[in-house]
Parts: sequence; C-alpha cells; structure tokens
Amino acid sequence: MSFFFEVLIGGLLAGVMYSLVALGFVLIYKASGVFNFAQGAMVFFAALTFVGLQEKFGLPFWGAFVLALAAMVVLGILTERIVLRPLVNQPQITLFMATIGLAFFIEGLAQLIWGTNVRRLDLGIKDEPIPFLLERFDMALSGFDLIAAVVAGVLVTVLAVFFQVTRVGRALRAVADDHQAALAVGIPLKQIWAIVWSVAGFVALIAGLMWGARNGVQFALTFVALKALPVLIIGGFESVTGAIVGGLIIGASEKLAEIYGVPFLEWLVRMLFNISLTLGGIELWFAYVMALLFLLIRPEGLFGEKRIDRV
Amino acid sequence: MSAIPPPLLAINNVEVIYDHVILVLKGVSLEVRDGTIVALLGANGAGKTTTLKAVSNLLSSERGDVTKGSIEFRGQRIDKLTPWEVVKRGVVQVMEGRHCFQHLSVEENLLTGAFTRSGNRAAIRHDLEMVYQYFPRLKERRKSQAGYTSGGEQQMTALGRALMAKPRMILLDEPSMGLAPQIVDEIFEIVRGLNEKEKVSFLLAEQNTNVALRHADYGYILENGRIVMNGPAADLASNEDVKEFYLGLSTAGRKSFRDAKHYRRRKRWLA
Repeated sequence: MSFFFEVLIGGLLAGVMYSLVALGFVLIYKASGVFNFAQGAMVFFAALTFVGLQEKFGLPFWGAFVLALAAMVVLGILTERIVLRPLVNQPQITLFMATIGLAFFIEGLAQLIWGTNVRRLDLGIKDEPIPFLLERFDMALSGFDLIAAVVAGVLVTVLAVFFQVTRVGRALRAVADDHQAALAVGIPLKQIWAIVWSVAGFVALIAGLMWGARNGVQFALTFVALKALPVLIIGGFESVTGAIVGGLIIGASEKLAEIYGVPFLEWLVRMLFNISLTLGGIELWFAYVMALLFLLIRPEGLFGEKRIDRV
Repeated sequence: MSAIPPPLLAINNVEVIYDHVILVLKGVSLEVRDGTIVALLGANGAGKTTTLKAVSNLLSSERGDVTKGSIEFRGQRIDKLTPWEVVKRGVVQVMEGRHCFQHLSVEENLLTGAFTRSGNRAAIRHDLEMVYQYFPRLKERRKSQAGYTSGGEQQMTALGRALMAKPRMILLDEPSMGLAPQIVDEIFEIVRGLNEKEKVSFLLAEQNTNVALRHADYGYILENGRIVMNGPAADLASNEDVKEFYLGLSTAGRKSFRDAKHYRRRKRWLA
C-alpha cells in the first residue's frame, strides 16, 4: 500500500511541475484570449538567460534571477509593442499565428545570445529521496519535487488573489472578455498587456528554473509546453486553479497508468490473444488520451469559463 | 461683452475613412451644449455609430481614421487622444449591443468602469451606491454573472459602468436595441434623470426616432454620412418630412412604408 501512495504522491508532485508551465498559458489566455504558443519558448529563454548570466558573469543566484526577470519584462513589453498592439481587435486565430512566429523568434534569439550547448542548472536543491520519509514511511519522495510543489502553491495563491481582488486583475479579466468594451471604459490596453506578458515572463522564469534544474537547460525545454496542453484542456484555459488541478490529475494518472496500467494491458493482451507482450511508455501518451476524453465530455475543462450564449 | 461659452462637445467637419478606402462620414459637424441630451438619428449605415466612435476614438481598433476635421471637448482637441485618455477627460461611450463583460459579475462590471479613477476607494464606493440607486435592479443582481442577466439589465449594467467613470458626457449608442418598449421607456427615463440630477450630457444615436425625440433636447438627422437636418427635438418631431420618413406618419394619418416617396428625400436633401 505504501508503494501505491509513493506512486500517487510522486505523480502529484510531478504534476505540479506541469502546472507551473500551464500557469503561464492561463495568464495570457485570461487577459487577452490568446493561446500563447510561445510560452514554451519563453520558459526556455528564461532558463537559458539565467544560466547564461551565471556562467558568463559569475553572478550569484539572486543577481542572475533579477536580471533574468528584467530580461523577461523587456521581452514582454516588446512583444506587446511589436506584435500585439498592431493586432488589437483582430480575430483570435491571427493572434495565435503571431505567437507561433514569436515562439520561433524567441527560441532563435535565446540561442543566438547564449549558444546552443546543454547546460546544467544547480539550484542547490537535492533531487533525491528525503531520508525522513524513507525511514519512517518507506516512501521515496524527492525533496526537489516537494519544493517545486511549495513554489507552485505560493505562485498560484498570489496569482489567484491578484486576479480576483485587485483593480488591475479585474481589468485583465475584463480585457479577456471584450477588448472593445475594455477600451470603451478606459482600460489602457497597452499597459495591461505589457503587465500580463511580464507576469507570464516571471512565471516562465520560475518554470524554467525548476525544469532546467531537473532536466538541464536545453532546447528540449520548449517541449514541456506540450505537456501543459492536456493540463489546460482538463483544468480549463482561463482558470489558475484549473491549471493546478489539471496538473495534479495528469501527473497522478500518468504515473498510476504507467505502474498499474501496463501490467493490466499486458494481462489483457495475453488473455485475449494469447500473446505475451512487453508493453511500456504509457506515461508518454496517457495525458493526451485523458485530454481527449475531457474534450468529449467537458470541453471547457473543469474550471474553465462556460461560453455564454443567450437565446 | 461676455463671450458665449464653447459647447461641451464640438465636432467640426469630420470625415472618417475605414480601411483607407471606405468613406463613411463626409464632413459631419454637430454640437452638444453642456447639460443637454442630443439625439443623432438616421437609418442603418447612416454613420451614427461611426460619429460616436470618432469621438471616443474607438475607431482606430476598427481600422477607421478621422482624416479631416476636428473634435473638441470643452474647447480642447480630443481627436488624437487614445480611448483611455478620452475617458479620463470625461467622455465615455456605451456601445451598441451593451458589450458587458460576460464572465464578470454585475458589480465587477461596474467597478471596471472606475478604472481610470485610480485611488480614492471611498469615492468609488459612493458612486457605486449612486448607480444602485438609479438601477435598483442591478443591486439585486450584483453577484450574478453579467452574461446571464437579461437584455435590459445588461443595458443598465453598461450605462452604470459608464457612470462609474464620472463622465461629463456619455455617448449612448442605440440603447433601445433588442429591448421591449416598456424597458426602453424605463431606460430613457433614467437617462433623463441622470441628465437632470447628475448633470451628465448625452449624445445618443438611435433608430427609434420616436422615443429619442421625446426625450432629447435637440436632434440631428444623419443620412449617408452627412447631416441633413437639425433642430430642437420638438421641431423635428413636428416636421412633415421627419414624420413621413422616420415616424411613419403623414398628414393622412398612418401610412404604409411602401407608399413613402423615397425620391423626395433624395431630391430635397442630397441633391
């Protein structure tokens, strides 16, 4: 039984890592109704800038962190100026296509500045089982995962409060609902978008640090964005809570599927066709199957906003 | 010698072109005096909405451009300002079709209206109560998502939201659209009340000529991007041509639109 819990909790914690990436998508989607294809590239850019600063200039953690954050804010403001502002009130698909272009540009820019080598990122957190839990409950849970979970928890709380309670947060939600009406009541779109892209840059930096520390800072970081997709579909594109819950569901279910689903499938195949196969790798695609099911049953996701149609 | 005070809003010979080719307003001039309600009347495509959007400067997001003329508010040019700067000066537009923020609650909708007035929470609270006094129904529904409220309630929300910016002037676009006659009257009564008690001036675009002329002080009739007639509301309402073309009345009493002589209008106004 403790093994089951180990798998479950390990999965939940891994899910939090997906949530961190998904959060960035949610922010921009909430505030501008745009699915920002470039979020993965931003995660990559942030992590690479952080490592690059540490490496080239020997900066300490906080120095590199602040400078990388500044770089993300500048990137956010430039994106607003050059890409979004000319496209106000254009169809969503136009904005989406623009973010695809942006993704390639940011990936290229990051590598142009910092080179294409794979780099190690050391945050000083050990990615190994916590001895206490191992002795006491016989569970191997990584300390790194726990810290990631705490970071994500704090981030989500702050963002949720920001969106629900503050004046700017309310304006962000208003802009997401209706650009024109937001303009009409005097919400300055350019400031709002610059803010939201900067905050998304901040979230990308956190996600980049966590993922970079785990997998190394490399081009493949941009693909963690793909894992955020099923998280968004399950949790709902507009919901900060949804990003977290979706991440937890994906994380837990894919780990459980890998551990318990594989033997079950092997058994099924043996019973039905009398062939013994060695299966594996459910983890890789299980999340997408879940997403597909959700699309069929609840397309707006668990916490997404329902489209309101008045008849 | 006391100079005549400049009108609150003065639109001087404004020309608007969409997409660099489509000429929509062909030199429109009009004035709104402080404390009055001015109706802008005309058929579909006459240019009513475009005129309002030229003032609030929402045109730029629709690829429209004011290419000639000037727009002055309290004696200062506002045609080059961004939409939020225009709101800050005290001119707010309530768009056609309400455009409430559907996923925000009614109260949140109202509060977004106060975005340009940063700080001073007490004053904003006070104005929220003021809006609830004019629209008691909104207070009942303050926690509902705006998207699920009725058309009349949405129009009230949109009006209330505009009021939260503490405007000197509201540009009201087609408030009667899609509403039952009873609700339309209710809304126009409230507009009148706001005009008298809160000293808010209105420029309102309407197709419902009848209701608009009943509540307005002055009226302009737009046709094909030009002002073809203007005068005090009462005069317009009793004008034979307005009666025939816009109110569906003639000396012989009510008459079918089929018999209306369209050529006469052309001959007289757009020669």
